[in-house]
Amino acid sequence: MLKRKMGWFDYLNVLLMLLIIVVIFYPIYYMGIVSVSSGLAVQRGEVYLFPVDLTWKAYEIVLNDPMILRSYANTLLYTSLGVLINLTLTIMCAYPLSRKHLYGKGIIAFFVIFTMFFDGGLIPRYMVVHSLNMVNTIWAIVLPTAISVFNLILMRTFFENIPDELHESAIVDGAGEARTLLQIILPLSMPVIATIFIFYTVAHWNSFFPALIYLNEKSLYPLQIIVRNIVIQGELAAQVTEMGTSEGMSVMALNVKYAVVFIAILPVLAVYPFVQRFFVQGAMLGAVKG
Amino acid sequence: MSSERASSSGWLQVSRKLNKSKFLYAMLVLPISYFLVFHYAPMLGNLMAFQDFSIRKGLLGSPWAGFKYFEQFLFEPYFWKVVRNTLLLNLYSLIFYFPAPIIFAILVNELIGSKFKRVIQTVAYVPHFLSTVVVAGMLVNFLSVSGLINEIITWFGGSAQTFLSQADWFRTIFIGSEIWQGLGWSSIVYLAALTAIDPGLYEAATIDGANRWHKIRHITLPGISAVATIMLLLSIGQMLSVGFEKILLLYSGPTYETADVIQTYVYRRGLIDADLSFAAAVGIFQSVISLILIVSANQLSKKINGTRLF
Repeated sequence: MLKRKMGWFDYLNVLLMLLIIVVIFYPIYYMGIVSVSSGLAVQRGEVYLFPVDLTWKAYEIVLNDPMILRSYANTLLYTSLGVLINLTLTIMCAYPLSRKHLYGKGIIAFFVIFTMFFDGGLIPRYMVVHSLNMVNTIWAIVLPTAISVFNLILMRTFFENIPDELHESAIVDGAGEARTLLQIILPLSMPVIATIFIFYTVAHWNSFFPALIYLNEKSLYPLQIIVRNIVIQGELAAQVTEMGTSEGMSVMALNVKYAVVFIAILPVLAVYPFVQRFFVQGAMLGAVKG
Repeated sequence: MSSERASSSGWLQVSRKLNKSKFLYAMLVLPISYFLVFHYAPMLGNLMAFQDFSIRKGLLGSPWAGFKYFEQFLFEPYFWKVVRNTLLLNLYSLIFYFPAPIIFAILVNELIGSKFKRVIQTVAYVPHFLSTVVVAGMLVNFLSVSGLINEIITWFGGSAQTFLSQADWFRTIFIGSEIWQGLGWSSIVYLAALTAIDPGLYEAATIDGANRWHKIRHITLPGISAVATIMLLLSIGQMLSVGFEKILLLYSGPTYETADVIQTYVYRRGLIDADLSFAAAVGIFQSVISLILIVSANQLSKKINGTRLF
């Protein structure tokens, strides 16, 4: 690899990149330090680079609020069940479509991919869910988004790139389609399965709109709805009203709001470094070949 | 397919092919049912746009209303304002948001030092993983009168602004946050395309005396034009459903003027006001226009440089 000398452009480029890093990193960092600062310091606008009057009070309030805890549990449930359904159905759809000898493959593929470009509409879909009596149940959360065509194509492309010889040698060894899939293809497909596992998990974790329209009962609300209620609409967390703290009664204190944001993003941020290499690989797979 | 031959032997061949893959077809049953129920059934359900639909009476029992609801929105001035907002937001998105990841990818590619390259990429992908609610929450609180942004402004001597209740600021806020969130993630496909460009081309260009800008114009940009076209086509396909959830979380009465888009309008009229037939009619309008847009864009792209989605 040719090593270039650093010219003025290169220094400017590095400067720009550093600026981008700050613009991306600082807002998140800012929320973090505010969430561990005292309400008084926050109100006085004293928090910039470091926490002021370090305190975990905000997190105490947040982690003891029954509605927040309940919504966290709901999200964990919706995400687990949702991703299970996602993976199963996506594999069940991608694998047959990747097999060259499937009769009618083109028609089925068109049938599936067409849904990416033409949508039935919000209102009719709501009516379908309603007529299936799924409104206000977990099924309205995990079923309508069961297969993402984007992830499906990613997976199908991967399966298509598995050499035919592997299938043939499995047949020669006497394995049927089912065993070939389970014992040979799937173990080989761990990279793409890991990738779409991440995509689906993040999608469920961050999901907000389906819950907004399909759920009416507070006890079913997922995390993001509660985040919206507290952080955007300024609803008061139960403990604050009960405790009657001086840390902002009529307006939900900023440090508590950001604490709520942080408990919502912490799992994602924590897992991120470990999974980063998977999805870059996975996205590239789909981009370059598909 | 020899289906022109005598139907008996033709059918035998087909059934043989079907039988060979019966396990695969069995696998497809559930996924296809999913698409039928949640994607195709709603398409049929759009019938309700032509009826005086009531939930009680259902699709089969509601009285026919013809084009009544279509006339309603087509002749309503506020509707066209909403359409204008949708198109403008998309236009600005195309001008400001679309090129950003491309420029970013090219700049990252020009960086010397692979460690720094990896660091910047790692950091840049993070915002994509934050939920729409979290990003909207950040915006609401940072842009509030006592929020972070106004703190910075007053520190520099300016006066605090009520950003989120001013219709004029909405587009900037919306596009700006889209760039913040999407810059890194969207650049992945372009970076992948850039690494696929033959380094020999750059070396040959250097020998021929080309400077950095020549190389970018004649090697880099053509190298990613195929990917860029596909991404452009895909965003045109999304045109009419632009950033719906974020708008829903950020807009309010005073900003409807610039913020209300077709999808938020459908949501409000349909699910909040329960004006079901009307909202469904607008939804059809949206889907049809969207389809026309993407098909024409695809045909145009085919003619220009041969790249196409389908």
